[in-house]
Amino acid sequence: MRFVDEFRDAAKARALAKEIAGLCEPGREYKFMEVCGGHTHTIYKHGIEDYLPANITLVHGPGCPVCVIPMGRIDDAIHIARQPDVLMTSFGDMMRVPGSGGNFFDSNAEGTNIRMVYSPLDALKIARQRPDARVVFMAIGFETTAPSTAMTVLRAAKEGLENFSVFCNHVTILPAIKAILDSPDQRLDGFLGPGHVSTVIGCEPYRFIARDYGKPLVVAGFEPLDVLQSIHRLMLQVRDGRAEVENQYARVVPWQGNPTALRVITEVMELRPYFEWRGLGFISHSALRMREEYARFDAERLFDVPGVRVADPKACQCGEVLKGVLKPWECKVFGTACTPETPIGTCMVSPEGACAAYYNFGRFTREASVR
Amino acid sequence: MSTSEREQQVLDRIERARRRRAQVKEERITLAHGAGGKATKTLVDAIFLEAFRNPRLEPLGDAAELEIGCSRLALTTDSFVVTPLFFPGGDIGDLAVNGTVNDLAVSGARPLYLTAGFILEEGFPVADLVRITGSMRAAADAAGVHIVTGDTKVVQRGKGDGCYLNTAGVGVVGHDWGLGMSGVRPGDAVLVSGPIGDHGVTIMLARGDLGIEAEGLVSDTAPLHDVVHTLLLAAPGVRIMRDATRGGVATVLNEIAGSAGVAVVVDEDAVPVRPEVRGAGELLGIDPLYVACEGRFVAVVDGAQADRALEALRGHPLGAQASIIGRIAADPSGLVLLRTAFGGTRICDVLVGDPLPRIC
Repeated sequence: MRFVDEFRDAAKARALAKEIAGLCEPGREYKFMEVCGGHTHTIYKHGIEDYLPANITLVHGPGCPVCVIPMGRIDDAIHIARQPDVLMTSFGDMMRVPGSGGNFFDSNAEGTNIRMVYSPLDALKIARQRPDARVVFMAIGFETTAPSTAMTVLRAAKEGLENFSVFCNHVTILPAIKAILDSPDQRLDGFLGPGHVSTVIGCEPYRFIARDYGKPLVVAGFEPLDVLQSIHRLMLQVRDGRAEVENQYARVVPWQGNPTALRVITEVMELRPYFEWRGLGFISHSALRMREEYARFDAERLFDVPGVRVADPKACQCGEVLKGVLKPWECKVFGTACTPETPIGTCMVSPEGACAAYYNFGRFTREASVR
Repeated sequence: MSTSEREQQVLDRIERARRRRAQVKEERITLAHGAGGKATKTLVDAIFLEAFRNPRLEPLGDAAELEIGCSRLALTTDSFVVTPLFFPGGDIGDLAVNGTVNDLAVSGARPLYLTAGFILEEGFPVADLVRITGSMRAAADAAGVHIVTGDTKVVQRGKGDGCYLNTAGVGVVGHDWGLGMSGVRPGDAVLVSGPIGDHGVTIMLARGDLGIEAEGLVSDTAPLHDVVHTLLLAAPGVRIMRDATRGGVATVLNEIAGSAGVAVVVDEDAVPVRPEVRGAGELLGIDPLYVACEGRFVAVVDGAQADRALEALRGHPLGAQASIIGRIAADPSGLVLLRTAFGGTRICDVLVGDPLPRIC
């Protein structure tokens, strides 16, 4: 398949792996965080860790939009879905994220109507077809998906739709990275920057990571060779003692990002003073809400959302996993109380979640001797 | 204790937890219970097997094998709730006939007679019903079976999805092929009879929610009795066959690994997948290994007869793109390992429910 197979060439991978191994100083440990859940997925799906020497560890960061949604927001969504005539829509991997009293599938079994859509525009389509229903789109995601939510709201406004609203849970990546850099237990040598987010925000905003924290960051693509090449670039920076922002994913990511997309976000949404992240707690200015001008499309205003805060389950160590302090398997409940069938923490829900990825794909990589 | 020892300890604990007796924790049925993955298995083990337990049911094969008088019969049943009812390459009618024919065929039986149960919704167009029954008749003729009894129920508007079908089938096991999980052993070859995921992706695209089109892609629905028979004659060392419906090839392989207590090692490169299916899978974040087929089966064959089996399959129109996709190994027991095209290795586990599209 064109534009895919070129980036999955095993011979090129072996050559890159050799160069990476050559850059490793004996006895030194290297820890790189891939910020984005899409990278975590690629790493496990293709078995990229098999190509890395034992002293390079990849730490799975907070960039899985499903994984960072706190339980209280799920409960709020279910509260909205229980109101008369509400037809709630969301992305597929939201369906299995547990709230304090169950997930969306469970809630549907109790009578709500929460449906999976592939794009917010699909939710809008449903709103047009079903004037009798109050259609709510549960918006999640980083700057990657925020523009499409914003565009949908603009379109709904233009069409004068009155039965469509958005339950906005969009978050922004930079405060989360900063929170991780500020946490006293982090020992990272650099970052694989989130490719898709960067198509919108560009590479410039990452400067502070290199300048203020002295950590290199390489914006990386999502095919396996992209990831390996980005690790190679990080290793070169570490070897040279450099801390710079580089763009490996230049075929997709413009250095300045996408000004139109950013403008659309700013038109419809504004920063919240603070937002709760699963495992990471409250982070100021880390999420988006609908602007006053678009209040009529804001489900939070329309439905009197309780906004109850539900504490993360005590046994769950999602926070430590998200910060890279713990490997998934080091969590107390990993694989026993917390499994993809019965996830306690969100890291186990989405296939992009560090724990689910490790559980499904990664448990065996160390014994890859079966060849 | 070293880090790797601690990790191993955790992994052992997981394996123990996975072997624990199934228990349905949910208070109500959710869609995941019908998706063919772990939730379905839990439901079957904890509710149905628990309630009906008997030696014929316990193997949980595609069909139950029964001895009646001096005949050996295979009996199976299957229900069909597909949306849309008509899709490229077929409709709910031929699906319902082929599905039951295939469950009998992969059990080593010659399919003979089918039943047909119709649950129709008030307001359903008679013309559509005529079209569906026409397809059923054609599919039955093609498979050499007769539909000999049936049932009709009509439910109120809004209480059904147009048309639901159930078929049951009986076949005769004329020859003891020695099929069974206990015959699977290390060194055996794993074959698949053709490109995987065509049916599931066709249905997903036919629903029209995705705005993706794949020109020329059609469902693979087909009766497998003949190609199965061809394989059995050419390679009597066939250990077990399964048609890869709900849950796809990965789920079948996990069933084999789990029931036979072996490892299945699959070569991603060797798995036949059409570019359209791969492309749609890449876009949606869905792995074709978990997508349903309705006319493909997986066979485990004595390693010494692998080439012969492949040749026999490829000589049949329904097996023209058959492939040896992997082999059985002793360790690690119960797991399916995928050697990725990229050169890595990963576990290929059963999904909990339907594959959910990823958001980014």
